[in-house]
Formats: sequence, C-alpha cells, structure tokens
Amino acid sequence: MSTAAITRTASSGRTIRAIHRHRLLVLAGLFAALAVTVALSVAIGAKPVPPAEVWHALTTPTGTESDIVVRSLRIPRTAIGILAGIALGVAGALMQGHTRNPLADPGLLGVTQGAGFAMVLSIMVLGVTSLYGYIWFGLAGALLASAGVFALGMVGGRSSPTPVTLALAGTAVSAFLYALTSALVLMDEQALDVFRFWQSGSIASRGPDVAWQVLPFIAVGLLLALFNAPGLNALSLGEDVARALGQNVTLTRAVGIAAITLLSGASVAACGALAFLGLVVPHLARPLSGPDHRWLLPYSGLIGAAALLLTDVIGRVVARPGELEVGVVLALIGAPFFIALVRRRKPVRL
Amino acid sequence: MRLQAVDLKLGYGDRIIVDGLDLGIEAGTVTTIIGPNGCGKSTLLRALGRLLKPSGGEVLLDGKRIDRMPSKEVARILGVLPQAPTAPEGLTVADLVARGRHPHQTWYRQWSSDDESAVSEALSMTGLLELGDRPLDELSGGQRQRAWISMALAQGTDLLLLDEPTTFLDLAHQIEVLELVRRLHGELGRTVVMVLHDLNLAARYADRLVAMRDGKVIASGTPAEVLTEGLLAEVFDLDAKVIEDPVAGTPLVIPIGTRAHPPS
Repeated sequence: MSTAAITRTASSGRTIRAIHRHRLLVLAGLFAALAVTVALSVAIGAKPVPPAEVWHALTTPTGTESDIVVRSLRIPRTAIGILAGIALGVAGALMQGHTRNPLADPGLLGVTQGAGFAMVLSIMVLGVTSLYGYIWFGLAGALLASAGVFALGMVGGRSSPTPVTLALAGTAVSAFLYALTSALVLMDEQALDVFRFWQSGSIASRGPDVAWQVLPFIAVGLLLALFNAPGLNALSLGEDVARALGQNVTLTRAVGIAAITLLSGASVAACGALAFLGLVVPHLARPLSGPDHRWLLPYSGLIGAAALLLTDVIGRVVARPGELEVGVVLALIGAPFFIALVRRRKPVRL
Repeated sequence: MRLQAVDLKLGYGDRIIVDGLDLGIEAGTVTTIIGPNGCGKSTLLRALGRLLKPSGGEVLLDGKRIDRMPSKEVARILGVLPQAPTAPEGLTVADLVARGRHPHQTWYRQWSSDDESAVSEALSMTGLLELGDRPLDELSGGQRQRAWISMALAQGTDLLLLDEPTTFLDLAHQIEVLELVRRLHGELGRTVVMVLHDLNLAARYADRLVAMRDGKVIASGTPAEVLTEGLLAEVFDLDAKVIEDPVAGTPLVIPIGTRAHPPS
C-alpha cells in the first residue's frame, strides 16, 4: 500500500470513530427526549394537577387525591406506554428489515387480528371478564396467528418464508381472523363492547399489573432483536449474499419473526391496535441511524416510546375533561404525518 | 484440488438442471465457466458456493463436504458474489465493504483492527478509497460492481466465486473488473471461479475454461484447448472462425452465424 493510501486509511479510520461517536450522541439525545415525554406523561392529565403536587406524589405520597391520580393512574399508564412504544418501534423496524418493504407493519404477521379473535373467543366461550384474563388470551392468539402466518409462508417446500409469501400469508390470515371476529361479536353484545374498546387502542386504566404481565415477553423480544441485528444487516444485502457471508438465513428469519411476534403481540394484547406507530417510527429513525440495524433498532425503540407517550398526552388534553384514546390520536396524527413523509421523500428502498 | 463437484445433481423443485456433473477447480487458477443461456452455469456456481443445496452428489471444499462444514467457517475460506446483488438505499461504500467482515465477527465483538485494515485494503485494491463515504446508489455501474467485489475481498477468502461480474457494464468497465480479477490472482494468489458471457474476454482473462451445455461439462482446459470451431458449434450452435487474438495471443471468436438446431 502506498504512503498516500495509508494516510487516507488513517483518516477513514477517524471517520468511522467519528460516526460512532455521533451515533452515541444521537442515542443520548433520544434518551433525553424520552425522559422529557415521561415527565410530561406523569405531570399532565385530563385532571390538572399542579407540578408541586406531582412532585409531592412522587417523593412523599400521603394519599391525597393527586397522589392517587399520579401514582395509581399516570405512572402505570406511562410505564405501559414506554413498554408498548419500545416494543412497537423495534418490531416495526424488524418487520421492515425482514420484508425489505418500507410499508410493512408488525400487524402484517396477523398478530392484531389473532389477539382480537382470541380475546373475543375467551369472552364468549370461556366467559372471561377481567382485563388480565383476556390479555393472556390476546397474547396466545397473537403468537398462534403469527406462527400460522410463518408456516403458511413456507408453503412450496421453502426453508424460510420470503418477504412476498410472508406478506400474502399475513394478509390472508388477518382477513380470515377479522371475518371470524366480526361474525362472533355480532352474536354477543358484551364481547362487542370489549372488542370495540380494545380495538381503538389505549394505554389508560391498565393498572401496574399489566405492565408486569407483558414485561417478560417484551424483554425476551428485545433480547432476540438485539441478537438479530447483525444477521439482519447481512440479510438486507439479499439472501444469497447473506448465505455467502455465512449467515444462517432460516435461523435469522425465525429469530426475527419470534422477536416481532413477542414484541407486537405483547403490546397488542395490552393496548389494542395502535395504528401507524410500528409503520412510521422506523422512517423517523432511519435518517438518524442509516441502514445499520444495530443502531436503527434502539433508535426506533426510543422514538416509538417517546412518540406514544407524547400522543397519549395530547389525547388527554384536547378533549378535556374527557380523553381521546391514544389509538385514535395516533391514527389522526399518524395518517397525515405518514402521507407527508411519503410525499416529501419517497420511502427508501430496503 | 480446492473445490470439487462429485456426481452433482442440481435443480429447483422438480426441474433438474444439472445431472451427474464432475468438476475440479485447482488452487491458484482463474477458471471461467461459459455456455449458452440456461445451460446451468449460474446454478453450478451457486452450488459450488453452497447457496444452492444439491439434490444429489456433493461439493468438496479442500476435500471436506461443504454442507457439513459450519457456514461461517466456509465463509472465511470461500467468498461468493451472486449475480446483480442489491443493497438498501443510503448504504455507503465503506458500510457495504465492512459488511464483508461479517463471518469474522460475533455479535458481542463487532469491529476489530483486523476488520479495519481488511476493509481499507479491499477499498484501495479496487481504487475506491476516495469513495468510501458515498452512498452506493450514487455510483456508476462500474464503481458499484467494484464496491461489491471489495465487499467479497474484505471477506478475506482465498477462493472467490463471481457470477457474471461484468453484466450491465460497458466494455471499458468490463475490462476494469476483469483486470481487477487478474490482479487478485497475480498479486494475492487468489483462486477465482467466474461465469462470463463474453467468450473473447473469458479467453483472455482465464487460465482455464469450462464449457457447459444442458447441465453437462462438454469441455474443459486452457482457452486454446476449449475454444475451437468444433466446440462452438457443439455448445452454442454457432458457426464461427477462431483466430489468434493479435493483442493477447489467446483465441478470438469471430461469429459467422447460428446453425440450425441439430435434431435431438
């Protein structure tokens, strides 16, 4: 190598370190943004609570009305918002990476309709009435639907589903389960009420138990996602190149789909369908992270949580003294936002 | 023998493309596979690079069955560049080449100084050091192909399989890529197997030619042994004159016209 080449190499080495430092800074910035939205979510609600009373509730609670509002309503609500936001952001980025489709949503795996169908079934057939009860059924339904989509995506003797067979199988399974659910709720008014509420998507009135209930699933999902990132980088160059680089394509796909299922299944079971979050968040994260999933996944998680909390806070104040469900606000803000995003810059090819 | 196909049977689903093929690739050679469209040459290359699982027979890498070796271990010995690969938008040249280090990394140890030097060596070998920060989709076709070859080089394998590395390139860029291949062989002693369509370039840049038709090897040897008028008729149904290339001294094919398909 010539001297000139060595000098240039040294400078390119510095560039790589500089990029690394820059990405860590962005990560810190996203953590800070999340911290701000957490503070807003604890401080602001349909019932105005002065900052001093919020502080009192956090540090020295004595059982005042404000203490109860903050501690038993807002904190659990914030906790479930953080969990669901991280889960949906990461699941969305994984989904778009695995399908190489910028319009893919974690719901493509059938988790939403699977969870909805299982919940309705549990109410009608087993007479489940508690929220905790149907969250387990929702989770089971999400996992089963996703496994069904994965299996259906492999028809024709493939060793792993391709992006196209996955999307087709997901759409078919979702439509089928939705039809079954619609038929069931027509026959049962109580199930219809629960289903309608669940379907609109909300993180309110969940109680602290729900966060603990879904936490293990989301934690395992995040670990799998972390483990999946380097393999997904190889897969984004195409299956042949990934295999040539020594990556086990079937295993990488399976781990990725397991992670998406756990993350989006847990969030859908706990909060219902939160439209647009998993679809839009990766598009916000990608300009900051570039096409490297080792950065894209954590960025998407943090942005997802911050966006969900912020949207939820907006929903609490726009219709005072009532509230708008966060799922409704997400759709109202998310849809125009997504259209603007698509119009401003064509979605990137993945 | 670095790479060997023994009684290889290949196909997609029920369609058999290659049946009972034997082939050996010797260390330190540039071998080019030629043959008409659909003769199975890309399929053969994919199987040699374990991208396609044979339905019968076996592929041996340094005498060991390639399908029984851990995939990452194979990826440190054998690099494969498939036909017309695609990358996500916005990926820079340096990022792409860095991904060639994948088989040398574990998920807890992502980047080492070995990776760093392999990437910059690969970039300088292909003359892309200056373009490291540029997104791949802003490059010309020739530069992009060189970037992909850099990725395969950064993988640090001494065996390299290239599937039509010159497709979609104009003549000057084709020569550029093939000269690079020659340098890999000459300066780094790499063993290269590639699929090419241009017979005259194949004759000039390869030590050995393998001519295929209907999934079978019809002839293999030096370009002078393989590229004869008789073989061109047999493999390509082509009437042609073969003269000596006034520049390289290798065979030069002057096509006259196609022949009617012999009754089969």
